[in-house]
Amino acid sequence: MRHASLAIRVSLNPENISKLCELARLEIAASELPDLTAKLTDIVAMVGELQKVDTEGVTPMAHPLERPQRLREDVVTEEDRHELYQRNAARVERGLYLVPKVIE
Amino acid sequence: MHRKTIAQLAADLRARRVSAVELARHFLERIERFDGALNAFITVTAEQALRQAEAADRRIARGDHTALTGIPLVHKDIFCTAGVKTSCGSRMLDNFVAPYDATVVERLERAGGVMLGKTNMDEFAMGSSNETSFYGPVRNPWHHDCVPGGSSGGSAAAVAAGLACGATGTDTGGSIRQPAALSGITGLKPTYGRVSRYGMVAFASSLDQAGPLTRTAEDAALLLEHMAGFDERDSTSLDDPVPPYSRLLAEEWRPPSIGVPTSFFEEGLDPRLGEAVHAALRELEKEGATIKPIELPHVHLSVPAYYVVAPAEASSNLSRFDGIRFGYRSEKADNLDLRSFYMRNRGEGFGAEVKRRILTGTYVLSAGYYDAYYLKAQKVRQLIRQDFERAFAEVDLVAGPTTPTPAFRLGQKTNDPIQMYLNDIYTIGANLAGLPAVSLPCGFVDGLPVGLQLIAPALGEVELLKTAHRYQQATDWHTRMPEAYL
Repeated sequence: MRHASLAIRVSLNPENISKLCELARLEIAASELPDLTAKLTDIVAMVGELQKVDTEGVTPMAHPLERPQRLREDVVTEEDRHELYQRNAARVERGLYLVPKVIE
Repeated sequence: MHRKTIAQLAADLRARRVSAVELARHFLERIERFDGALNAFITVTAEQALRQAEAADRRIARGDHTALTGIPLVHKDIFCTAGVKTSCGSRMLDNFVAPYDATVVERLERAGGVMLGKTNMDEFAMGSSNETSFYGPVRNPWHHDCVPGGSSGGSAAAVAAGLACGATGTDTGGSIRQPAALSGITGLKPTYGRVSRYGMVAFASSLDQAGPLTRTAEDAALLLEHMAGFDERDSTSLDDPVPPYSRLLAEEWRPPSIGVPTSFFEEGLDPRLGEAVHAALRELEKEGATIKPIELPHVHLSVPAYYVVAPAEASSNLSRFDGIRFGYRSEKADNLDLRSFYMRNRGEGFGAEVKRRILTGTYVLSAGYYDAYYLKAQKVRQLIRQDFERAFAEVDLVAGPTTPTPAFRLGQKTNDPIQMYLNDIYTIGANLAGLPAVSLPCGFVDGLPVGLQLIAPALGEVELLKTAHRYQQATDWHTRMPEAYL
């Protein structure tokens, strides 16, 4: 169950912004937090204006095109170009991307 | 040569009064001479330009050319260009060399356009002043202490200063029209889906649309007819046929009825700018258009609705930047666990405004807030679209100012995101509703250019461009150039 009415009462603070940063996978320096908190608070307050609008019975609009999504045949159309694409990767070995150790 | 329009230069090329190589050299020399101060370019592709120009001259000699063959153009650095750095104005993509061309780039190249380089922009197109770019701000050619607008600020400044004949840009909330207005040129955002988004770095996928920045509406028509059209590689590409826009401009103009939203002239608008727009409307009235006031009762909610929808989509789109497959990877991340590794790469790779938008998007989509913000914004978006639908049942076009003020000073709004966001108060509505809209130079305030915005129903580009062209035949604001660049 969602608590929509709760949302507008919850204010942003450095703790829940740190949590948001975790969710968004963004490292933020502690020194950036006060300014970021102030600015995000302003932004959330500005978009909070939407709460005042009566939208009873309005269908949400996800997209400007009122057309069905096009389908295509389920066939391979791309050729293998991994060598070209991997030129943009910082660390590649034998066609594999190198990442930090993820399994102990 | 740099004062001429694309249409004029195309005639010169065909008549051999000038060659494509001469044109390319002329513009490359101007870039060399002026861009140190302007900072409109992130990458200049001089060698490639000269090769393309030589090929264009051969095509013209064979008689196998289009109106764009040999015309020097620039691309916003959001469009992928095979073998050429595509940075999107971000440290995150400072080392990214696109492995393929965006459809827009491919089509303009096929038409024979000559690419001079890639233009500066707000980071990931998030900004209205070009100040969020990793490569530093672009200067407004009319006044170097002012911003050129954004996010397609480099494209706008390059055309305004005569460093290119035309430019591509993208418009998610006003990023073509607002810099066109602030830099004194013509900027067109087509109907959502009209131009392929393939190879265009994604910001907010239900809003992003590519379009041209040019001196005139006629040139915008020329560029659009080569940029637009169905592309199976973009799932939201429209398959409606592309009208021959430039040819249709010559056909008889049926004077439209033009609706003017009263709320566009209320508080927030610089009254001198309002007067310039009213003068433009009187000019169109003299030509035969009928002008009448209309109401768009929900359009004042465009900014809050946009700052939920766009960041929500951006937070999802920008999750692809992980520092592994492409993009910035921190030198100081190798000993971290995977989560901290991602956080480090993204924390160092993205700038402050991009981080704010990702966090805003993450917030409005997070558990417990989704209905209150995201779903609510989608409903308000529907109300805004319906406002336009009702308006277009009564009038052919909607008109008003493009921006509330002329160009502002560098640094004036960087510390106040809300003030920066309000720059797009008149442009965002067309993005939310997916409608085509154009900004045209219509006068000056304090020596700085200001823009008239015209909005049309979906796929109404022909009517839009015809009226824009008619206005430019009756006025000469679009022929003005900043003195230092004559």
